[in-house]
Amino acid sequence: MNIVLIFLISIFSISLFFYGKSKTKTISIKDNIKLNALPKFYGYYLVLWCSIPALVFLLVWSLFEPTIIKSIIIETAANQGAVFNDKNEANLIYEKIKAIHLGTYFGDIDSILKESALAYAKFINLFTNSKVVLIFGIIIASVVYSLKKIRNNNKARDDVEVILKGLLFVSSLIAILTTLGIIFSLLFESIKFFSVINIFDYLFGTNWSPQRAFVRDASSITAAEYEELKDAFGFIPLIAGTSFIAFIAMLVAVPVGLFSGIYMAEYASTKVRRVSKPIIEILAGIPTVVYGFFAALTVGPFFRQVGENLGLTVSSESALAAGLIMGIMIIPYVSSLSDDVINSVPQSLRDGSYAVGATKSETIKQVVIPAALPGIIGSVLLAVSRAIGETMIVVMAAGLAANLTINPLESTTTITTQIVMILVGDQEFDSPKTQSAFALGLTLFIATLVLNYIAQRAVKKYREKYD
Amino acid sequence: MTKEERLKKRHQAEKRFRFYGLTSIFVALLFVVILVQNIFSKGSSAFKKTVITTEIFFDQELLEIQNGASEEDIMEADFYDLMIENLIKAYPAKDRDEEDELLRLFSGDAEIEIKKAFLKDNNLIGKTITLDLTASDDIDQLHKGNYPRDLPEERRRISDFQLVIYDYFVENKKISKNFNNYFFNNGDSRDPELAGIGGALVGSFYSILICLLLAFPVAVLASIYLEEFAPKNKITDFIEININNLAAVPSIVYGLLALQILLATIQLPRSTPLVAGITLALMTLPRIIIPCRASLKAVPPSIREGALAVGASKFQSVFHHVVPLALPGTLSGTIIGLAQALGETAPLILIGMVAFVVDIPSSPVDPSSSLPVQVYLWSESAERGFVEKTSATIMMLLTFLIIMNFVAVYLRQKFEKRWN
Repeated sequence: MNIVLIFLISIFSISLFFYGKSKTKTISIKDNIKLNALPKFYGYYLVLWCSIPALVFLLVWSLFEPTIIKSIIIETAANQGAVFNDKNEANLIYEKIKAIHLGTYFGDIDSILKESALAYAKFINLFTNSKVVLIFGIIIASVVYSLKKIRNNNKARDDVEVILKGLLFVSSLIAILTTLGIIFSLLFESIKFFSVINIFDYLFGTNWSPQRAFVRDASSITAAEYEELKDAFGFIPLIAGTSFIAFIAMLVAVPVGLFSGIYMAEYASTKVRRVSKPIIEILAGIPTVVYGFFAALTVGPFFRQVGENLGLTVSSESALAAGLIMGIMIIPYVSSLSDDVINSVPQSLRDGSYAVGATKSETIKQVVIPAALPGIIGSVLLAVSRAIGETMIVVMAAGLAANLTINPLESTTTITTQIVMILVGDQEFDSPKTQSAFALGLTLFIATLVLNYIAQRAVKKYREKYD
Repeated sequence: MTKEERLKKRHQAEKRFRFYGLTSIFVALLFVVILVQNIFSKGSSAFKKTVITTEIFFDQELLEIQNGASEEDIMEADFYDLMIENLIKAYPAKDRDEEDELLRLFSGDAEIEIKKAFLKDNNLIGKTITLDLTASDDIDQLHKGNYPRDLPEERRRISDFQLVIYDYFVENKKISKNFNNYFFNNGDSRDPELAGIGGALVGSFYSILICLLLAFPVAVLASIYLEEFAPKNKITDFIEININNLAAVPSIVYGLLALQILLATIQLPRSTPLVAGITLALMTLPRIIIPCRASLKAVPPSIREGALAVGASKFQSVFHHVVPLALPGTLSGTIIGLAQALGETAPLILIGMVAFVVDIPSSPVDPSSSLPVQVYLWSESAERGFVEKTSATIMMLLTFLIIMNFVAVYLRQKFEKRWN
C-alpha cells in the first residue's frame, strides 16, 4: 500500500513539474510579464510542495500506526472477554489475532479471537482508508496553495532554495535524532530495570548470572524473589573482565602501534611509508568477525596446546587469546593517530634539539614525544574505547561465564558478550534479564562517551597549541 | 667513561630504537600475512566439492510417472525408492547394515539431484545414465585430506567399513572433485555439504543497498548544510559534536537502538535486510559525513567566489560548482563507509539475523542472513565441514572489501583535483 502511495505521489509530482514549467511559460508570453524566476523553478516549487508534506505525513503515520492499532485491538479483545494477566500475554493474543487475520494461524480459534480478528480487519481497513483520504487531502491542499503562489508570479527560485535549505537542515538533524533515539531506547528499558534491581546492587554486586532471573514479569516480584534476584545482576565481574581484556589488548597495541607510528613519522622513507601504511591499515578494515574466527579457532587452541606442553591449564577461551587478537586489531588506530600527532610537532623543535647535538632517537624521546604526549594519550584513549566496545572478538573467543579473575589463562566475560548472549534468540520483553542488557548498553554507551570526550579534548587542545 | 665510549653507547641506543620501530611494523605486517594465509589455507578447499560418480537406472517399476511427464508431476513424484535401489549398487554390500553405511556416504540431497537430472531430460525411463552425486560431509572432508583417517574407529565419524568403500571408490576412480556450485547457490543448511552462502549474499546485498539508499543522500545533504550553509552557532556546534560522538559509539549500541525502536516500537519484521539496512545506515551515517565534509572543505573558496561573482545564488554556487568537485572524495568516503557496514556483525545479531534461514530471500522483507553473520553462525557449528565453509565465506567477504576499497582509492586518485 505504502509503495503504491509513494509511486502515485512521485508520478503526480513529476507531472506537476512539467505542468508548472509550461504553465508559467504560457502565462509570461500571454500576459507579457517578466517572470521572477526561470520556468523550471516553478516546476521544482510545485514538486516540492506536492511531495514533501505528503511523504512526511506518510512517514509519521507509518511510525505510529502499529502501536495505535495494537492498543486498540488489545482493548477490544479485553472488552470481548479475553483474559490476560500481563503485557506478554496481551502481546501473544495480539499476535494470534494478527495471524488469524493474515490466515497464517493454525491453532484453535474461539469466539473471542474470531470477533477480535474481525475487529482487527475493520480497523486495518479504516486506518488504510483514512490514510489514503488524508494523503490526497494534503496533496490537494498543498497543490492548490502552491498553484496560487505561482499564478501570482512568486520568486520561485528563492522559495525553492528556502525549502531546500530546510531539507538540508533536517538531514543534519538526523544525527541528533539518532543520538536521542539511542539515549531514549537505552534509558527506557534501563529505568524499568533499575526500578526492579537497586542501582547499587547492580553497580557493586560481585556476581553476574542473569539466567537465574526466571521471573517473566518484572512488576510482580515478591520480596523473597527479589532477594534471589538481587545478586544475579552484579556489574563488577563484567567491568573487571572487560577492563582486563582491554588491558591485555592495550599491552599489545600501544607498544607496537606507538613504535610503528614513530618509525613511520620519523624514520621511514617515503617509499616504505607508502607501502607499509596502507598494509597496516588493512588490519583496521578486516571485519571483527574474522578476527573472532581466527582467535576462536586458531589462537585459542594454539595457546591451549602450548600451555599443555608447558604443564599449564589454559582455557581454550582464555582472556589472553581474545586480548591479543583485539590488540592486533587496534594497532592501526594507535599507529595512524600517533603518526599524525607526531607529524604535526613543529620541525623547529627537532631542529633545536639536533643543534645541541642530540641524536635522532634522543630527540624523539626527549623532545618530540613529550611535545606530542597529549595527542598520544588521546589516541590511546580512543583505542581503549574501541576495545571496550568491541563485540565479535569477545563473543567468539572469550568466555560466557562471569568470573572475577586476574589470570589471563582463564576465561572471563565482557559487557558486550553478555549483551549478545542475553538478546540472542527468544527474548521475553519486560523480564529483568532482557532489561539488564539495555542497562549494560547504557553503561557501555556512557563509558565510551566519556572516554571519547576526554580523548577528543586532549587531541584538540594539543592541535591548538601548535597551530 | 670516556667521550668516545659515551658516544658509542648513544649510537647503539639510536640503533636499538630504530630496530624497535622496524620490528613493530614488521610484527603488524607479519600478522596480516599469517591471518590471510591461515584463512586461505583453510578455506580454498570449500570451492570444490567431492562427488561420487554413480550409475542411475530409471526403473519404471520404481517410479509412478511416465516418460514425458510434465514438470509439475516430476516435482511431485517420489524418487526415494529409485535412489535407494541405485545407490546400493554403487558398492557390493553384503547386508542391510552395510547398505545403510554405504547410503550414508551420499549427501541428503541425492534424491533431489536424481530428480533434477530427470527434469532436464524427461525421457530417461528405461535408460541408464551416470551422475555425479554430492558426497556426504565426512567423505568430502576425508577426500580433501582435512580429516585424519588414522584415528581409532570410535573417535572417527567414518566407520572402518566406510573407509573400505571409500578406498574402493578411489581405486575405481568413482570419486572426484567438482566445482562447488552449492556453496554459491544454496542457502544455509544443517549439512555442511549442502550449505551455501547464496542466502547470505542476497541478504548482504539488500542490506547494503538499503544502507546506501538511506545513508548516502542524507550524509551528503547534511555535510553540505554543515559545511556550506550552517551559521556558526550553538546548534551547529552541537550537531558537530553529536556526529563525532556517534562515529565512536560501539556498533552493538546501534543494535540495541534497532531492537527497541525498529522492532519493538515500529514493529518492522525481524531478521530482515530492511531492518539491517536501516540499522547499518544509522551507524554509517556519521562515518560518511566526516569524509564528505573533509572533501567539501578541500574545495578552495575561490570556486565559490567565482560563481557568486558572476551572479549565481549561494545554492547554485554550491550545487553547480562545489558539490561536483567534491564528488570523488564524497563517493570514496561513502564506499569505505559501506565496506565497514558490510563487515558489521554485532548489531545484526541483535536484530535476529542469526535465525536459521534456508530459503534465499526474494525481497528485503524476507528473513535472511548476511555474510558476516553467516561466518559467526558457522563458526559456532561443530562439524568439521563448516570450518572450510566459514573460511571460504571470509574469503568472499574480504574479496568484496578489497574491491570496494580499491574502487574508493581509484576514484579519489583518478578524479580528485589537487588544488595546490
